[in-house]
Amino acid sequence: MGESSVPMSKYETKSTTTNKEIANLKSRHLAEKAAFGLMWLGGIVTIAILAAVVGYVLLQGVKVIDLEFLTTAPQGGLSGEGGISTTIVTTIYLVLITIVIATPLGIGAAIYLVEYAGEEKGIVPKLVSIARFGVETLAGVPSIIFGLFGYTFFVTALKFGFSLLSAGLAGACLILPVIIRTTEEALQTVPRSYREGSLALGATKWQTIKNVVLPAALPGIITGIILSVGRVVSETAVFYVTLGGSYRMPKSIMSGGRTMALHLYYLAMDTMAFDKAMGTGAILVISIILINIVINYLSRRLTAGLKGV
Amino acid sequence: MMKVKFETKNYSLKYGSFQALKNINIEIPENQVTAIIGPSGCGKSTFLRSFNRMNDLIPNVSVDGQVQLEGNNIFEMDVVELRRRVGMVFQKPNPFPKSIFDNVAYGPRVNGTGEHSKLTEIVERSLKGAALWDEVKNDLAKSGIALSGGQQQRLCIARALAVEPDVILMDEPASALDPIATLRIEELIRTLKEEYTIIIVTHNMQQAARVSDYTAFFYTDESRCGQLVEFGPTREIFTNPNDKRTEDYITGRFG
Repeated sequence: MGESSVPMSKYETKSTTTNKEIANLKSRHLAEKAAFGLMWLGGIVTIAILAAVVGYVLLQGVKVIDLEFLTTAPQGGLSGEGGISTTIVTTIYLVLITIVIATPLGIGAAIYLVEYAGEEKGIVPKLVSIARFGVETLAGVPSIIFGLFGYTFFVTALKFGFSLLSAGLAGACLILPVIIRTTEEALQTVPRSYREGSLALGATKWQTIKNVVLPAALPGIITGIILSVGRVVSETAVFYVTLGGSYRMPKSIMSGGRTMALHLYYLAMDTMAFDKAMGTGAILVISIILINIVINYLSRRLTAGLKGV
Repeated sequence: MMKVKFETKNYSLKYGSFQALKNINIEIPENQVTAIIGPSGCGKSTFLRSFNRMNDLIPNVSVDGQVQLEGNNIFEMDVVELRRRVGMVFQKPNPFPKSIFDNVAYGPRVNGTGEHSKLTEIVERSLKGAALWDEVKNDLAKSGIALSGGQQQRLCIARALAVEPDVILMDEPASALDPIATLRIEELIRTLKEEYTIIIVTHNMQQAARVSDYTAFFYTDESRCGQLVEFGPTREIFTNPNDKRTEDYITGRFG
C-alpha cells in the first residue's frame, strides 16, 4: 500500500562533483607524481654513485688479484711490490683481539645499564646518566681521537709499543660504544612479558637475564658485534698511530703490523703501486660485502629460530 | 570453617603519591576459586599482583598493611620463594621463545632440578594437568610460540604447575582467547581447584559466575582509588548482593 508507481533508480544521485573539486583533485595527483619522481631520482642517483664506486674499485682491483697476490707478503719499498698475505692475517688477528676485549665489556655494560642501573640509589643514578652520556658522545667522536689516546696511553705510557695489543685495545675503545648501544637496544626490545613470566616462576633476576632475556636479545647483539667487525676491518686512523705499519707477519701479540685498510693507505700515499692499492681495496670491499651478507643471514636465522618457525 | 590461604589486613598500595588500593581486608579460602571483579581501573590487577609481589618490579610503589600467606607476612618472605609458591598466569599468553618442553621445564630448572628423567616426568605431569598433553605429546620440541593462543595459555598454566605452587593467580587469563578456548580454560580452572587455591581477575561476569566459588567486588569512585566493596560466596554476590553498587554492576547498569 502506498508504494510509488514511479520506477526508482537503485542509487540516488545526491550531488555531482564540481569543477573546483575536480581541479583540486588534479593538482593533488600532480603533486604526488612530482614528489614520487623526486624520490625516485634520489634513489637512482644514490644507487648509481654506490655502484660506480664499488664497481670502479672492483674492476680496477680484479686485474691484480690472483692467488699469488693473496698468498705473498708485501715487499715494502717505493715500488709496492708483493702481495697482501701478511695484511690479511694481521686484519684477522686484530679483529679477533678487539672483539675478544670489547664484547664482554660492552655486553656487560649494556646489561648493567638496562637491567640494573634503574634500581640504584644515592649518587649512582647520576654516575649512570653520565656514563650513558659518555657512551653516546664516544659513538660520535672521530676515530683519530681514539688513535691518539691509544698512542699516548697504550703505546707510550703502558709501554706496549706499536703492537697488536695496543691497536687491539685502542680498537676496542672505538667499537665499545657500538656494542653497548646495539646491545642496549636489543635488551630493551625484549618484551616485558618474558621477564615477568620468568620471575613469576621463582627465577632470580640473574636467571631471568641469563636464560630468557639474553637469548631473546641475541640476534641484536650479534648484529652489533658483526657491525663492529666491519668497523675494525675498515678503520685506518686508529691503527695508523698504534699498530706501527710493519708489513711483516706478526709473531706475537706484541708485534706491530698493518691491516688491509692501512696497507691500502700506505700503498696509495707512499708508493707507485696504485694498481696494488686498488687490488687491496677490492679485497676490502669484498670482505665488507661478505660481512654484511653474514649479518643478514645470521639475524634472519636467529629471529626465525625465536619465532619457532 | 574453611581454611584461609591468603589474608590481607588494611592493605593499601600507592604508585608514588597516587593511592591505588585502600584498606583492603579479605580472606582468600584454600582450594577454592576466588574471582575478583569490578570496573576498569579499580585496582583488580594491582591487587592480584600483590599476592606474588609482582608490583615490586614497578618503581615508586609503596605498600601499607599486611598480606599474609598462611599467616606469614609476604613482605618479609624471600620474594623468589614466594613466587615459586604463588604461580601466575598472565592476561596475554607469554610462553618463552623456547620449545614446549623447555617452557615447562624452565621453572623446575631455575629452582634447581637438573635431572633429565625427573624433568621429563614433571613436564608430562604438568602438561596433563593443564589439559595440553594429548595435543602436544609428540611435538615437545616444537616452539611454544608456534602454538595457538588457547594452547599457549594452557602451556603457561602447565609452566606454572611445574614448580608445584600452592596458589595460582590468573589475570584475565581468557580475555585474549576465542570462546571455545575460553571454555577449555574455564573447565581447567574447575579441575585445578582440587589441588590449588585460585584467584582470578576477570572482566567477564558470566565467567566469574561460572568458575568461581567466592567473588570479591572492587569499585572505585572519582578518587580512582580501588576499594573492596563486597566479598562473599559467588552465589550470594550474584543473587543477593548487600551493596547497591555491587547490584548495579552485576546487573550491567555500568562497568
